[in-house]
Amino acid sequence: MTKYWRSLDELNNPVEFKQNEIKLELDAKRAVMKKASGSSRRDFLKTFGFSVAAAAVVASCKRPVDKAIPYLVKPEEVTPGMANYYASSYFEANEYCSVLVKVRDGRPIKIEGNDLSSVSQKGTSARVQASVLDLYDDARFKTPLKRGEATNWEEIDSYITKKLEQLNNDQKKVVLLTSSIISPTTKKVIASFQEKYPNVEWVKYDAVSASGILEANQQSFGTALIPDYRFERAKVIASFGADFLGTWLSSTEYTKGYAAGRRVLDKGDEMSRHYQFESGMTLTGSNADVRVPIKPSEEKTILTALYYQLMQAKGFMTIAAPDSPVDVKGLAEDLLANEGKSLVVSGSNDVNTQLIVNAINNLLGNYGSTILFDRPLNTHQAIDADFEKVISGLKNKEIAGVLCWGVNPVYNHPNGEEIKALISGAELSVSFSDRKDETTAACHWVCPAPHYLEAWNDAKPKKGVFSLSQPTISKLFDSRQVQETLLKWAGEEQPNYYEILKANWEENFSGLQSKYSDSRLFWNDTLQKGVFEAEPTAEVPVYSENGLENALQLGNSESQGWEIVLYQSVALKDGSSANNPWLQELPDPIAKISWDNFAAVPVKWAEENGVQNESVITINGIEMPVFVQPGQAPDTISVALGYGRETAGKVGDGIGKNMYALASIKNNAKQLWLSGADVKTTDKTYELALSQTHHSMEGRPIVRETNFDKWQLDPASGNEIRKEHLEHHVSLYPEQEFKGHHWAMAVDLGSCVGCGNCSISCQAENNVQVIGKEQVRNRRIMHWIRVDRYFSNDAENPDVYHQPVMCQHCDNAPCENVCPVSATPHSEEGLNQMAYNRCVGTKYCVNNCPYKVRRFNWFQYVQNPEFDYASNSDLGRMVLNPDVTVRSRGVVEKCSFCVQRIQEKKAEAKVAGRMLEDGEVQPACVQSCPANALVFGDLNDENSKINKLFKNERNYHLLEELHTLPSVGYLTKVRNKKA
Amino acid sequence: MFNSAVRGKLIDGDKSFSQISKEILAPIHAKTPLWWYAAMLVSLGMFGFGLYCKYITISTGIGTWGVNNSVAWGWAIINFVWWIGIGHAGTAFSIFLLILRQKWRTAINRAAEAMTVVAVFCASLFPLLHMGRPWLFFFIFPYPNTRGPLWVNFNSPLFWDFVAISAYLLISASFWYFGMVPDFATIRDTAKSKIKKAVYGFFAFGWTGSSREWLRFEGLSFVLGGIAAVLVVSVHSIVSTDFAVSVQAGWHTTIFPPYFVIGAIFSGFAMVLTLVITMRGLYNMNDFITDRHVDAVCRILIFISLIMGTAYMTEIFIAWYSASEYETYMFFKNRLFGDYAFQFWAMFTANAVIPQLFWFKGVRKRMWIVFIISIIINIGMWFERFNIVVTTLSRDYLPAAWANYSPTYVEVGFFIGTLGMFLAGVLLFFRYIPMIAISELKSVAKFDKPNNGQLKAKSHE
Repeated sequence: MTKYWRSLDELNNPVEFKQNEIKLELDAKRAVMKKASGSSRRDFLKTFGFSVAAAAVVASCKRPVDKAIPYLVKPEEVTPGMANYYASSYFEANEYCSVLVKVRDGRPIKIEGNDLSSVSQKGTSARVQASVLDLYDDARFKTPLKRGEATNWEEIDSYITKKLEQLNNDQKKVVLLTSSIISPTTKKVIASFQEKYPNVEWVKYDAVSASGILEANQQSFGTALIPDYRFERAKVIASFGADFLGTWLSSTEYTKGYAAGRRVLDKGDEMSRHYQFESGMTLTGSNADVRVPIKPSEEKTILTALYYQLMQAKGFMTIAAPDSPVDVKGLAEDLLANEGKSLVVSGSNDVNTQLIVNAINNLLGNYGSTILFDRPLNTHQAIDADFEKVISGLKNKEIAGVLCWGVNPVYNHPNGEEIKALISGAELSVSFSDRKDETTAACHWVCPAPHYLEAWNDAKPKKGVFSLSQPTISKLFDSRQVQETLLKWAGEEQPNYYEILKANWEENFSGLQSKYSDSRLFWNDTLQKGVFEAEPTAEVPVYSENGLENALQLGNSESQGWEIVLYQSVALKDGSSANNPWLQELPDPIAKISWDNFAAVPVKWAEENGVQNESVITINGIEMPVFVQPGQAPDTISVALGYGRETAGKVGDGIGKNMYALASIKNNAKQLWLSGADVKTTDKTYELALSQTHHSMEGRPIVRETNFDKWQLDPASGNEIRKEHLEHHVSLYPEQEFKGHHWAMAVDLGSCVGCGNCSISCQAENNVQVIGKEQVRNRRIMHWIRVDRYFSNDAENPDVYHQPVMCQHCDNAPCENVCPVSATPHSEEGLNQMAYNRCVGTKYCVNNCPYKVRRFNWFQYVQNPEFDYASNSDLGRMVLNPDVTVRSRGVVEKCSFCVQRIQEKKAEAKVAGRMLEDGEVQPACVQSCPANALVFGDLNDENSKINKLFKNERNYHLLEELHTLPSVGYLTKVRNKKA
Repeated sequence: MFNSAVRGKLIDGDKSFSQISKEILAPIHAKTPLWWYAAMLVSLGMFGFGLYCKYITISTGIGTWGVNNSVAWGWAIINFVWWIGIGHAGTAFSIFLLILRQKWRTAINRAAEAMTVVAVFCASLFPLLHMGRPWLFFFIFPYPNTRGPLWVNFNSPLFWDFVAISAYLLISASFWYFGMVPDFATIRDTAKSKIKKAVYGFFAFGWTGSSREWLRFEGLSFVLGGIAAVLVVSVHSIVSTDFAVSVQAGWHTTIFPPYFVIGAIFSGFAMVLTLVITMRGLYNMNDFITDRHVDAVCRILIFISLIMGTAYMTEIFIAWYSASEYETYMFFKNRLFGDYAFQFWAMFTANAVIPQLFWFKGVRKRMWIVFIISIIINIGMWFERFNIVVTTLSRDYLPAAWANYSPTYVEVGFFIGTLGMFLAGVLLFFRYIPMIAISELKSVAKFDKPNNGQLKAKSHE
């Protein structure tokens, strides 16, 4: 074959030549391609690499990394995602409550009522509910302080021990000033402290004491005690200024009893009649069947007249009864008709008034039937006179040291400024307060105590009733239990209060029971249950008329000009929890005002003087905004205590005015009213945060009511319109069927007293945010369950209605069909649900809800410095319930019937392979209702309580004429007025 | 040409085709007047304030508005409905008067349609920004997704609102734009500046004016007009269902769809009057937009005003006739004589009483009176929406939840911003777009003496 060649190169080295040729060709092609595309594969890879890197960087910037570190060694009992409940005891501001503390992943997040307690009986108050937030308060002391500077315990211990010894050697007195202490073990600790330092005097001081009752009983019965009032046993209740449903003595217990004595569901149920004589409209007065507005100065006169009338009626006395400013004949008749089944109480702190009350109760034979002595109440122990002695002791330098524990006289004593100077001038001044307050600010040394949820303790709220507190979280800050501090100063090396407590219980209390022979078992059992009750010992002290004659003859208080009544507000009580935003935002049950105290003035006076809500008047020079209060007695003004704190923390500082300044010390007792006050109107106005501005039902059948006698004749009385509405319930559409559960709630308006516990309980359970005064005023309050309050009839002395309103979970819900994005659908169990992450916030549902229960997040309320309440700090956010989404700005929220609780109980039942029991699922509001006014359950369960209530003739649905088919039923309000 | 004794001339001044083009295009080719800059500055100032308020709304939240948990809709929804109402007139003009063979519409329809587009655009901002989380507005699209799939709620009027408004905006903008194509070509052909030639040439889509193009043009107008005719009725009917499907007294009313459509046309026509009287005043267009045009619109307004009055009376009557205590309270205690009585009577007087002045020829003839009345009607229609939205919500079923409402500066600023936007849009329209549809106007031009030479020489430049 002929070999052709093109060049010598090809001829000589054909392989290399070919390779060269291919390479050249490829280069040329590449060059062409490169020119055509303008970018090479390299460029592509470069761009690609850069974009991926950039995207990765940008994307990784978006969210902070939250680290969840699992337990290396899992503690016993703790399962992530499962709540544990620990029994404990609340005792603050003289209020006792046995509670269960819900702990999730090591954090206490919710307080529940303990049904084993005979005192609080599963009920709580709003204050108890809110106490969990106090644990996570920024105003708590992080370390011990020396003159405001952080210090350590060693320095404190060495200095104070020395100082105490020195004062002891110099025979100078030191006062241990505490509020009422109901812990028996603490009393022992104090005793051993006093043993070491005999110069230490223990004085008790309560902001609002029961001095009058204690001293009156001292005279009448020989012992200073508060007897056990049994409201459920009384057929006639007459209260003279005692707000026993709101703040008086043991209000949660009394609410339970009161509601029990008035619940009418089935034929034959009886109902008590409640008379209330008071000046301002209190929560208790708003529930009364007969309410008589009186001046505080008239109280004793009226009681005297009543006593004389009763004496005459019983034939014990023939002299004419003195004139009474109001007619008490009707009351006297009722009381006489129910001898031994009646109850007369007075909120007065005047011993003479209380002596007359004792005489009346004795005359009516109430001792032993409605007033018992087997379980006297221990929560109020202070005698006001004792503290007055401390003041004079400090003044004349007899007392050189003050140890303040749980007291704040600088704030809540009329001579606060003087006390402040005296305390800071003392040689030794120590405060055991766990957070900032006015008295602590005056003390040189601060030895912070832990919050009750971090501490061991016991309580003896009543004689023979014991309960325990246990830590539910390790101490958040460098605090030490006061008991340990005292023992340390008394010379013990390593005091351990837990050991002391346990030993005390095993030694002294286990003998009071016979169930467990082993005292350790007894301890464990009590710790688990939280309460232990010894058999009551029946000692009935004998009544004597000591001091009665004197009391009756003593001139009555003169009435002149304006009389100002100072009362404890239901939310803040004595003001010790003023830094709690939940309580600050809880609307007053009557005025529906939050974030302020105000002067409640009579309607007639306001009209005559052109004074309106938000006008400003001055009371003895103190400027107060006005709320025109229907039912306020003429010539009286009521103002709440507990406000005007100066050193409470970021939330409570400067909210309202401190009215303790108007209190006075009369007969060695703190008197919470004054007469002859100087009241002037001004041209100023002050904005109040009202969460309800319209007070009339406008004749609409919103709260349907009847009277007891009418109810006896026809249980459906007052609810007649329901029949008509039911007849008109016609729909083109088939009604939705619920095959599994069909959840529903019943609200007994006859039982509900309107205390607001449900609002706060719900707030804690469902992470409902606090929005502050301005936004409440803008009508944007977030409470998922609100209590509507209406007035009717006479503006001078109206009937009052309380109606809790939450999402009605309508089976034909107007909100559901209008949402463009289906963010609020209906569940197969009858729940109206909210899908927060789907909600875009058109607010259409808010508009279309006839009950106006939907709440819009107008701002970002969490982690926003503009809303610096609880949710702006890591500490405050520890209270959040991890089972409930924290809602962002721009979404609508509302009551879910506590769906997380329903799901939890369903899962439990499923795991256990059983059906859900009736009453097992309890939403937060239902669980701790002190009046048992709320019932939750499954309508598909034939035998459930809710089913029975829904079939009750009193049951109706709110706005049922709209055919919304609500899952919430209301039971008519029943009063027991005299026919 | 033809000679008709029945119909008078629609253009005064015996203008030739080229004169028509020249006069209408004069403002575009002339130097921008100083007042225009001043007016633009004011509108942009308003617009800027609006932007600031929108920024506050988006960055801080709707909490900066005066709305609350009882009255959850306020100025935003009032203004939305108001703008949508105004946005009705353009298409209504074009379509209904086209159907009714009212040739006189040709002088006004361009301005009316321009107004529609800007107004609907202003309106669409409100529903978007009154959302709590506007950045998630796309949830309202029924787009396929992997979450179930999760669809929108087809029962909700708000969804249909969104559909109707976006469709209406699309169709009316297209209708307006395609109607302008031949006029853009005219500008392109007459413009001297190269930039103008290029820009208008771009928008003219290479229009040459051939018969085939005119055929397509007519076809397209016909189709778009047909669709728009339906939308005109549907948009405001759907907006009305936002209220009508609710359970609230004062909202839950079957009269709402026609009442809203009529109300919208009413406010739209009033706004058209405001606009054309301004145009006449500013650009001396009295020959095209003659007194007869204004007179015709006034006459229509009398008629619509009577319908409005009837609607108001009907609502009140039905409230009484229903014997529903909530309805009775809403109308008699709250609207007629309650806290919001001023707003009710302002609405009633402005919409049902004052337009009756148009019965008088003297009133119709005086432009400044017509102008004032047209503004009063617009204010009255605003109050109508206020009445509907606020009075109902502030006094609904449970008196405990009753709350009053007043707007904050942010809401007011938002509204001022849309006014600024509207004014700016109108000013741009005055300056850059032929205010009257030249080609359509020429189709109704009549001449006293047909002059072949004139037609031949200057038929179309």
